[in-house]
Amino acid sequence: MKDSQPVFAGIDVGASRTKVVILDREQQIIGRAVVKSGTDFEAASRQCLTLALDMAGRTAGQIAKAMTTGYGRKNVAISQESKTEISCHARGCYYYFPRPISIIDIGGQDNKIIKLDESGKRLSFKMNRKCAAGTGAFLEEMSVRLDIPLEDLDGLARQSLNMVELGSFCTVFSATEVLEKIRQGKKVPDIVKGLFFSVIKRVMEMDSLSEHVVMTGGVVAHNAFLVLMMEEMIGRRILVPEYPQLTGALGAALYAMEKN
Amino acid sequence: MAEEKKVVRKKIEATVQMNRYMSDYFYELNEADKTRNRKIAWCTSVGPAEILRAMGFLVHFPENHGAMLGATRMSTDMIPIANASGYSPEICSYLTADVGAYMKGVTPLSRAYPGIDRVPRPDVLVYNTNQCRDVQDWFAWYAAEFKVPMLGIHTHRGVKDVGDAHVASIASQMKALIPQLEAISGNKFDMDKLRHVLALSKECSTLWKKVLDTASAKPSPITFFDGTIHMGPAVVLRGTQTAVDYYNLLLAELETRIQNKVAAVEGERFRLYWDGMPMWGRLRDHSDLFAGAGVSVLASTYCNSWIFSAFDPEDPFNSMARAYTELFIVRADDAKEAYIRRMIEFFKVDGIIYHDAKTCPNNSNCRYGMPQRLEALTGVPSLTINGDLNDLRLVSDEQTKTNVEAFIEQLEEK
Ligand code: SF4
Repeated sequence: MKDSQPVFAGIDVGASRTKVVILDREQQIIGRAVVKSGTDFEAASRQCLTLALDMAGRTAGQIAKAMTTGYGRKNVAISQESKTEISCHARGCYYYFPRPISIIDIGGQDNKIIKLDESGKRLSFKMNRKCAAGTGAFLEEMSVRLDIPLEDLDGLARQSLNMVELGSFCTVFSATEVLEKIRQGKKVPDIVKGLFFSVIKRVMEMDSLSEHVVMTGGVVAHNAFLVLMMEEMIGRRILVPEYPQLTGALGAALYAMEKN
Repeated sequence: MAEEKKVVRKKIEATVQMNRYMSDYFYELNEADKTRNRKIAWCTSVGPAEILRAMGFLVHFPENHGAMLGATRMSTDMIPIANASGYSPEICSYLTADVGAYMKGVTPLSRAYPGIDRVPRPDVLVYNTNQCRDVQDWFAWYAAEFKVPMLGIHTHRGVKDVGDAHVASIASQMKALIPQLEAISGNKFDMDKLRHVLALSKECSTLWKKVLDTASAKPSPITFFDGTIHMGPAVVLRGTQTAVDYYNLLLAELETRIQNKVAAVEGERFRLYWDGMPMWGRLRDHSDLFAGAGVSVLASTYCNSWIFSAFDPEDPFNSMARAYTELFIVRADDAKEAYIRRMIEFFKVDGIIYHDAKTCPNNSNCRYGMPQRLEALTGVPSLTINGDLNDLRLVSDEQTKTNVEAFIEQLEEK
């Protein structure tokens, strides 16, 4: 019976969110979940795994192999084995788009650009520097400053008719700049679009992009308009996987399967 | 839980002897500081140390002190003190750590060497701007503080090929130091003494190069991290018999390791080249991070900085001028690029790590497209890590770790 077959788990313990993907033997995603990582990575990963297993209708005992990735990859007891999020995102994206790709991942606390060749082999990768500029943390901080729920940003940005451009690298300075714009009477949607644009600029500064560009990460998952803006910026279509926030966990699950 | 692997470090036996020599060096300086029985000169790490020694000075190297502040992780507490007095967090963190420590009245020397309670006071400060401009500003601060003379050599920077005009200019600047140093030291300049010191310095340089070149063996008997410790005598004792004796000893040990196929990193899977400075306060962590993954970081531009192949006792001033200008740090990017290409081949490396040290642009060679150019030319992949030599506020351990691990995974997939 299919339900009794072994499954493979990928657990991506990010600085902001923990994600789990459960794969069956045919490499189909049969379970997935996202929870806040909080301060107890162990508890978050257990909770997330339980949710994903429930969705898959399986039990922990059926996991043939699990692999962890992400910021807290070495802080959880579920698996002895881990791989960096760079490798796992690459793997997860190549699963959807098996061709030479440049992956832009915009996460809660860091951004990455990863380049793969046609066989999925990694050519290079870049992570943002220590600073949170251009990451999800930047948008979160700004949503607090503007007193707008995070999930409303995408809708607001879409309403913008006259984007307000922000100049600073720094999250704190940007906040001051935003307050200044509000005082000048600029419209909130125009400012929010400016915030999105500033995320895009930070990413574009990190590395050059090859022809096929894939975008992933929690920020992309929740702000589809950012992808449209990026497409406009680079002048071509951008590929977005089915679950942009889960590519790291998916990659980890694929590695788990391979290592089994 | 995915546990970190415990790393067993293979101890280099010669270290014991090095520690003895270094200790003698510091106590001798301390004695001179207390009794003023010998004149003391401060010198930049690739400054004209041979001239100073030949004229009878004991030589203190503030950069060595800066590195000690870094390695003991005292630096991060000292830097803000200098910052607050107008020395920016963006400038050389050797300078800011060293000046901050002076202002606070502390030194790592007193931890390592009981009885030494301060850095030896100088009679003269001598710099060469071949490495950077910061050294001049650094020494200027102390010149004002101690009210002692400061002398300097101003080197052409960004030099592609070192030509006769460069050599003539530097040699004449070196000669111009002599009358002033005679007045300060009270000693007459003696050419034979300079030739003698230079011969010893050349021998030290030749041996140090041989030591570093042992890393071309597979597996490598030495790592870059070992090199940063064992370069001590090449920096502070070059021009003395002691340094020569030390490198003979170390070389013999490393050659025995090669014969017996003893690896510095057990099960050496990959070989990496390090460009830029070490992060002194993370030396051990980085050494463990790589060694734990079976990766030997075995060669570097940095440790090679104390190789002065052009030294010639028959022609002291011109050869010193040439040697101190031919150094990597003085050169244009095309010369640097050609140099690293030779290193990649010679040491048979699988990848390059560039350390982009926030406060030392002079030793950060990844800022003008070098990694991209070299990768296109050689196919050898590289990783840039952001950090700093001394200011741990600029170091993100998690980022470094993830970057390094991801880079190793990339090498594994090759
Ligand atoms: S080369 Fe760099 S680390 Fe050395 S003294 Fe100059 S600025 Fe400082």
